[in-house]
Amino acid sequence: MSRVSVPCHVKGTVALQVGDVRTSQGRPGVLVIDVTFPSVAPFELQEIMFKNYYTAFLSIRVRQHSSPHTPAKWVTCLRDYCLMPDPHSEEGAQEYVSLFKHQMLCDMARVLELRLILRQPSPLWVSFTVEELQIYQQGPKSPSMTFPKWLSHPVPCEQPAPLIEGLPDPSRVSSEVQQMWALTEMIRASHTSTRIGRFDVDGCYDLNLLSYT
Amino acid sequence: MRKAQGSWEKRILKSLNSMCTELSIPLARKRPVGEQKELLSKWNEMGTDEPDLSLFRPVYAPKDFLEVLINLRNPNYENGDSLSFRTHLGLIQVPLKVKDIPELKEFFVELGLTTGQLGIDDSTQVPPELFENEHVRIGQKVLAEQDGAAAQQYIRQGSPTALRADLWALILNISSQPEDILYYEQLKTNVIQHDLLVDSLIYKDVKLTASNDDYYFVFEDYLYQVLLCFSRDTSVLGHFAYNSASPPKSYIRGKLGLEEYAVFYPPNGVIPFHGFSMYVAPLCFLYHEPSKLYQIFREMYVRFFFRLHSISSHPSGIVSLCLLFETLLQTYLPQLFYHLREIGAQPLRISFKWMVRAFSGYLATDQLLLLWDRILGYNSLEILAVLAAAVFAFRAVNLMEVTSLAAAEAVLADLSTLKVMPLLQIFLFATVT
Repeated sequence: MSRVSVPCHVKGTVALQVGDVRTSQGRPGVLVIDVTFPSVAPFELQEIMFKNYYTAFLSIRVRQHSSPHTPAKWVTCLRDYCLMPDPHSEEGAQEYVSLFKHQMLCDMARVLELRLILRQPSPLWVSFTVEELQIYQQGPKSPSMTFPKWLSHPVPCEQPAPLIEGLPDPSRVSSEVQQMWALTEMIRASHTSTRIGRFDVDGCYDLNLLSYT
Repeated sequence: MRKAQGSWEKRILKSLNSMCTELSIPLARKRPVGEQKELLSKWNEMGTDEPDLSLFRPVYAPKDFLEVLINLRNPNYENGDSLSFRTHLGLIQVPLKVKDIPELKEFFVELGLTTGQLGIDDSTQVPPELFENEHVRIGQKVLAEQDGAAAQQYIRQGSPTALRADLWALILNISSQPEDILYYEQLKTNVIQHDLLVDSLIYKDVKLTASNDDYYFVFEDYLYQVLLCFSRDTSVLGHFAYNSASPPKSYIRGKLGLEEYAVFYPPNGVIPFHGFSMYVAPLCFLYHEPSKLYQIFREMYVRFFFRLHSISSHPSGIVSLCLLFETLLQTYLPQLFYHLREIGAQPLRISFKWMVRAFSGYLATDQLLLLWDRILGYNSLEILAVLAAAVFAFRAVNLMEVTSLAAAEAVLADLSTLKVMPLLQIFLFATVT
């Protein structure tokens, strides 16, 4: 099943916080990231991939294209997906995550816009976000190819050309070459994976200093 | 973590390079034929050689490594200047996930009070019919079936002395095939042909540690045979695929910068530190044939020991072990922890050297082998941190009375009389929390 990357525009993160951002002491624990697809028609979402950076829980809301007369509504397709089992410790904090269509709560048939809601309840971390966000849609099915006529309907054998004097029989030569080729393939396939264990270059292992690069 | 490991490696390389230039000794050179013959004839008694090693010093010691670990910081971690609930009271400041005692109880369930253990239930007061005889019988059956998974499960309760060598070989998947013996002989040829600076470091380390130890000095020659060959073994490079460290590189003399002349130094990529030979020494009690001893050590190294001296977030890595030790001590012996901290004796400063060496050289050999049985059985090094905390718990009364780091070190200097399994059992399963 192939997938095709969909170009998306990731808007800057917006922190949700009660009260004034400047005066209150704590850091925001909820961030919202909007993802729009300006150049693409409503598509079917296959996969979302990103690199986590200290986000504990993720929710995703999606706005889908419905019939032309009703306005598109926001629907939650992923609720409180846990990225870090313990928000205070490092487990899962910098992992690569893939989310698939079948994990979503609703159908992702005609996606217009995505909204990622990130939560990190622990006050230990200075910042949190998700990075390298990539959206994939279903790739095109492999097109049915039409075979050229001569492959599917081989021509019956022609009369072989008369042998030229002095040259060996071509069918015998070809069968011998075939056998040789089969032998080389066998040898190549059975090549052993045990290392020889040589650490020197042509018998020479004179070293002066270690290299830092 | 990777950055920290990278800069630590750079420091080691600089130290080795400066040693090279100071002593004007090349990192590696081909031995002249006469020297090769001489070494071959002395192969089984390299301990009698007394080269002048006074100018060599170990590249680093565990306490240097501890300083690096103490300074590990996550830039995204809010570590306020004032003391708050965020500050770690111990030395390690990285918030890795470590198990607490309920999780450890579940993980080490076979060490519980109701399960028989070798190290406890085979003592002279306990009649052997209760546990020991049956356990030995099961062990013989496991060996007869050559069942590795069963062996790993079985060894969690300890291994009888007579069966231990075979059980470890079964779990580590070592069988002495002719090609393994040939491989070892080839490594021996490599040792004879090329002389490495690392060899002198190994000599010095063995003379400083194992030769001075009452239990291990008899194995001095074996240690040279194993460690010198270990440095030439390129198959060890394979473990860098899952190790956060990388092997040092060098270029053949005169060909600096040309990729086709780039080689790893030493050929196995591992630079030994002070105490490295203690990883091999206990194994000499079990295996007497050099090529099998070598294979067992190599497998133990690439499975377990490498984690004790590289920086990573793995649950069995040394950083997690240190944090586990400190967390256990803080949670279950808070008064002791507070007292030691107040007198300037952070507990990790004392227990770090035990954990880095997997307690080799600190415990009596039979106790050490019982401990290493469990490392193999549980495929994890966390038991080292638990034992370190258990030792502190055992000597807590004496430790509460000391008033300085030196006095605390003195209380914990001699562990050779300790019995490992009762300590672990009491700490995990019988302490009132």
